[in-house]
Amino acid sequence: MSYEGLRSLLPKSDLLGFAVLALLLVVVLPLSLDIFRLNLIGKYLTYAFVALGLVLCWGYGGILSLGQGVFFGLGGYAMAMFLKLEASSPENTAIQSTPGIPDFMDWNQLTELPWFWEPFHSLGFTILAIVLVPSIFAYIIGVAMFKRRVGGVYFAIITQAVAAILTILIIGQQGYTGGVNGITDLRTLKGWDIRTDEAKYVFYFLCVFMLFVCLLIAQFVRKSKLGRLLVAMREMEDRVRFSGYDVSNFKIFVFCLGSAFAAIGGAMFTLQVGFMSPTFVGIVPSIEMVIFCAVGGRLSILGAVYGTLVVNWAKTTFSESFPELWLFAMGALFIAVVMAFPNGLAGLYNKYAAPHIEKLLGKVTGKSNNAKATVGTQGVAHERQ
Amino acid sequence: MSASNTDFVLAVEGLTVSFDGFKAVNDLSFYVDKDEIRVIVGPNGAGKTTVLDLICGRTKSTEGSIKFRNKELTKMKEHQIVRAGVGRKFQTPSIYGDLTVFENLEISFPRGRSVFGALAFKRDAEVLNRVNEIADMIFLSELLESRADLLSHGQKQWLEIGMLLIQDPELLMLDEPVAGMSVSERRQTAELLRRITKDRSVIVIEHDMQFVAEIADKVTVLHQGKILAEGSAEEVKADPKVIEVYLGH
Ligand SMILES: Nc1ncnc2c1ncn2[C@@H]1O[C@H](COP(=O)(O)OP(=O)(O)O)[C@@H](O)[C@H]1O
Ligand SMILES: [Mg+2]
Repeated sequence: MSYEGLRSLLPKSDLLGFAVLALLLVVVLPLSLDIFRLNLIGKYLTYAFVALGLVLCWGYGGILSLGQGVFFGLGGYAMAMFLKLEASSPENTAIQSTPGIPDFMDWNQLTELPWFWEPFHSLGFTILAIVLVPSIFAYIIGVAMFKRRVGGVYFAIITQAVAAILTILIIGQQGYTGGVNGITDLRTLKGWDIRTDEAKYVFYFLCVFMLFVCLLIAQFVRKSKLGRLLVAMREMEDRVRFSGYDVSNFKIFVFCLGSAFAAIGGAMFTLQVGFMSPTFVGIVPSIEMVIFCAVGGRLSILGAVYGTLVVNWAKTTFSESFPELWLFAMGALFIAVVMAFPNGLAGLYNKYAAPHIEKLLGKVTGKSNNAKATVGTQGVAHERQ
Repeated sequence: MSASNTDFVLAVEGLTVSFDGFKAVNDLSFYVDKDEIRVIVGPNGAGKTTVLDLICGRTKSTEGSIKFRNKELTKMKEHQIVRAGVGRKFQTPSIYGDLTVFENLEISFPRGRSVFGALAFKRDAEVLNRVNEIADMIFLSELLESRADLLSHGQKQWLEIGMLLIQDPELLMLDEPVAGMSVSERRQTAELLRRITKDRSVIVIEHDMQFVAEIADKVTVLHQGKILAEGSAEEVKADPKVIEVYLGH
């Protein structure tokens, strides 16, 4: 990509935001936290993938999904299935009545690996499945809903129903899924022990790297005409339709993209936390993800990361002392954000901090920095020169 | 029922739509010529907006045929009808308030209309020139970088007209384009309409009979979903039925 292309993808104010977040996640936190705490941050960051997808779907596109846990879970389960198969080698499971299959299958009197588990012996297939299975599932839901012009509250309710159904299915089909306990006791990845501190560091940085990949994809979408179309659709869907666009295709696309992000987050969760269970699939976690996004500011892709970190940090701190009060606190927080700060942390930042920082930046570079609105036009002018 | 092929740009035949038994448009037939400016008038609730809704695919007809350049529109999706060359302005200004005037026009530029086309869309010289040309035409050159929701009501109406013009439709449909405008805005709009109606067919819904007389090639008077009268502005104004149900009050 050309320098100009990069400049228009990451104009100065956005570049600063990306750089600060990178500094925080890559340098500050790893240097200041022990591995236990850092691993916890890594776990929070996996939710940020979901919140990021929600910024695009909900914040930009106006599509509120209350079932993103489904995609987080599918990605997480795909990863867990691979790791579980590796942990269930015939040597490791010699004491079972059927050696070579996961322990929970043996407990449930299964004598053979189910067919859909077979391909998860392959890491390549697993990586593809992590992204593709949830995306295809999202595509099917998207086509079924958006082509019929189901949207708004109805769509939100249907995604909730899907989350509930999938949870029930996973819990009910114990022999195939590990049931309510989920898939646990994961040990190695291609023979490399994933439970060591070293592995936790590696996975933390992998998670941060993947998060930045997703952030850059989201930034690209935001900055493209598709990003502006999403805003336009949210506001005046009919006008977009009567400008010659097939609106449903754009909704399907952004829903699939958000789901793919969520799935990558889920896989990162499994790697860092070492298990996957239905508690991350259902209605409650799905709604929590929406709260992370709202707190961060639903129009801010970086806000999604900060929102997730702040709420989860509060949750951990708060629920250590008053576990029974946390859900109420969370509800209150959501209402407060919606009523008082509809643009979340990002809104507060833009209102109070950004003007000072822009001024500072202006001084440093010796230029006025109010060129935001004309960036696009300038970009083209440069291209033509 | 299917109409025969004609030389008309738009041929509407036997068009009927019923909302729970209430026929908002009832066995309506009319024809619009190439480069003709057709004005539809009629009392509130006559079904004028519904006729435009039917042509652009927003409402599905119960019966009848709508042919645009001999292509049946009643079975097509909205975006396909637009791509075939039919542009429609809504009664209340429908623009994207969170985007700038420039972005509003750019989104309406007819390129990159698929998902991947939109991702790959580049703001090149062709787009810039076209946006500037249209902005000039709709009196908004100075306001290209302002957010659209900061525009006045009249400017929003112009912007929406501009968003249609940038697509260069062969048939342009405008629903009460000067409603709610100040006197000077009205004058500018009349001038704008005269300019943009060259080389395309236009259907305008309008109440102001003086304005109608100024722009119309032919006037259709609608009443209770049916045509009450059709002809030149003069003929229609003199028609006793029209005077009774519409012009009388
Ligand atoms: N989607 C709809 N459902 C039910 N009734 C409708 C619908 N659209 C329009 N109508 C009715 O059809 C009649 C014609 O409306 P309209 O075309 O808006 O009139 P106007 O000539 O004032 O533009 C009105 O009585 C209106 O209430
Ligand atoms: Mg009307």
